[in-house]
Amino acid sequence: MDVLQLLLSGLANGCVYGLVALGFVLIYKATEAVNFAQGDLMMLGAFVMVGLVNPQYMGLNFWLAVPLALLIMGALGYLLDIAILRFMFGQSQTAVVILTIALGFVIRFVAGVIWGHEPQNLHSPLALGDVRMGGVVLSMADIAVIVVTLAMTLGLWQFFQRTKLGLAMQAASQNQMAAYYMGIPVKRVQGAVWALAGVVACVAGILYASKGTLAISAGFIGIKAFAAAVIGGFGSLPGALMGGLIVGIIEPFAARYFPAGYSQIAPYALLILVLVFRPHGLFAQVRVKKV
Amino acid sequence: MRFHFKTSYDHDIRLFPDWWNFSLYAALLLVLLALPWVIDSFYLGEMTNVLIWAVAGLGLMLLTGQTGQVSLGHSAFMAMGAYSCVNFMELGLPFLAAFLLAGVFTGIIGGIIAIPALRLHGVYLAIFTLALSILMDDLIVILSPWTGGVNGYFAPEIWIFGIEINRWAAPETWYYLALGTALMVTFFYRNLLRSPLGRSFAAVRDSEISAQAMGVDVARTKTLAFGLSCAFAGLGGALMGLFAGAFNNETFNFLISIQLLMAIIIGGLGFIHGAFLGAIVIAFLPQFLSIVTDQLGSTSIPGLETGVFGMILIAFILFEPMGLYGRWLKMRTWLQLFPFARRDMFRRQKSYLKTERLR
Repeated sequence: MDVLQLLLSGLANGCVYGLVALGFVLIYKATEAVNFAQGDLMMLGAFVMVGLVNPQYMGLNFWLAVPLALLIMGALGYLLDIAILRFMFGQSQTAVVILTIALGFVIRFVAGVIWGHEPQNLHSPLALGDVRMGGVVLSMADIAVIVVTLAMTLGLWQFFQRTKLGLAMQAASQNQMAAYYMGIPVKRVQGAVWALAGVVACVAGILYASKGTLAISAGFIGIKAFAAAVIGGFGSLPGALMGGLIVGIIEPFAARYFPAGYSQIAPYALLILVLVFRPHGLFAQVRVKKV
Repeated sequence: MRFHFKTSYDHDIRLFPDWWNFSLYAALLLVLLALPWVIDSFYLGEMTNVLIWAVAGLGLMLLTGQTGQVSLGHSAFMAMGAYSCVNFMELGLPFLAAFLLAGVFTGIIGGIIAIPALRLHGVYLAIFTLALSILMDDLIVILSPWTGGVNGYFAPEIWIFGIEINRWAAPETWYYLALGTALMVTFFYRNLLRSPLGRSFAAVRDSEISAQAMGVDVARTKTLAFGLSCAFAGLGGALMGLFAGAFNNETFNFLISIQLLMAIIIGGLGFIHGAFLGAIVIAFLPQFLSIVTDQLGSTSIPGLETGVFGMILIAFILFEPMGLYGRWLKMRTWLQLFPFARRDMFRRQKSYLKTERLR
């Protein structure tokens, strides 16, 4: 039972990592850039939700606030693209990496100014109940996280495989110029994917905030989500979820069975091992470069 | 505008293209040497800080600016430099030997770490190094017999040839130590760029495939770049740790390496001057902000520093990707060519991205 409990709580954590990793992968798949600010976007989404729901701010109904928050974050993602990232169109990956790191700093600063640096709790109906199943205790939030994550991964995966927009996004990332020639409005597609990434970040943020307290530094779980995305092989949506689950499950087991001090390095050590031995992740998409 | 009439191949690789250029740098050196008599001890300390950041920045510049590999993990190597320096000193080595050995040690470790990292490109390398710098924090705690764990170290007394280097009693000694290190590293760096190795760094940066076709051993070049870069970062880290007076596992967290990367980008990627200009920005920005908030009469805003830093960086990447030094180069060209300089001379080439996954 002990093992099962660890497994389930790891699963719920892993789903949050997976959701943030989904955001990375979305943007990577569609624009070939890596958004280092995704974790901070998640934090911002959670704080937007706090601002809408908590009584000391606006005090809206939770279920009314969810679509509002998603809308706000989607709009913000689109605005970020128009205002900043569109200028980087066609520039090298590394320039975008550095830009998004800076963006993360700014987001953290702005959130700190608006909501303060004290940890806060989201007044979420998900945070209340526990469910007992044969000696295993699961909170409602954990169940919600797992269900929503699975649904989102499946939905986004199908979106990329089946819909016209999803295919256009993939084409735009593979070869921008060729995509132009095929009549794809590459820049607008890029804006759309940033909006989508904002929405995904907001979902992840709401779920994260439902599971516990929320602080400005929450964005740093983006680093664990990196591990998730890399393990899954950047560019694969189910891979991102798998990676998230692997990282999430390793954490509680490492904390349980490794001596103190060694446990928290487990996800990063795994990340380094994967990068060394399978540099393009477990679900590799890269082939050798030909001249 | 001056023209250099080249009569031998050596003219292309001279340290200074002409006497005018040489005298400019000589004058700058004289000003720097005379600085302790000009400014008070507070600003002297700040200048020392600038020089220390510049040493570490030169390390990252060698990797990112010259060889084109982004590292978000240089704080790990700075920590390694600081800890190994103190450890060598505790073994009884004199400071100067311990300091240089710390650089060599960090460089060797960096070179070893580079071997698996060589297979990684762009973003993957960035994530790999980011993971390294986060791991370093925990590693320092785990290796507490050598690192003092969370308690860290207090900087030991530093003696060089019978002169005590003390930050509080004699700030000018620290200043000269930092200045000497910065000069040494700059000179080494400049000479490196003139050597075949430096040329192969640039070749790898501009195109790995072309470099390989030209006979450059890409793996060896990258390893050497990583190792040398880590060695410089180690020297910078050793100075930073000792200058701070005390350091522990949290002193060199991964934000330091991100700040370092930001510094060299704001300064100007690929230029030695850029490392120094970036160091000036990063060292003086906190002072500047605190003065401004004091003037406005408001209380200090937590996180203001990093927020403003991020905004400055975004502005630079969008509007001046060549950094401060690039802006100066543009201004100089405009003056030299006056009135023939044209706006389009420095326009960014329009480019389209192709995937790196499905080539």
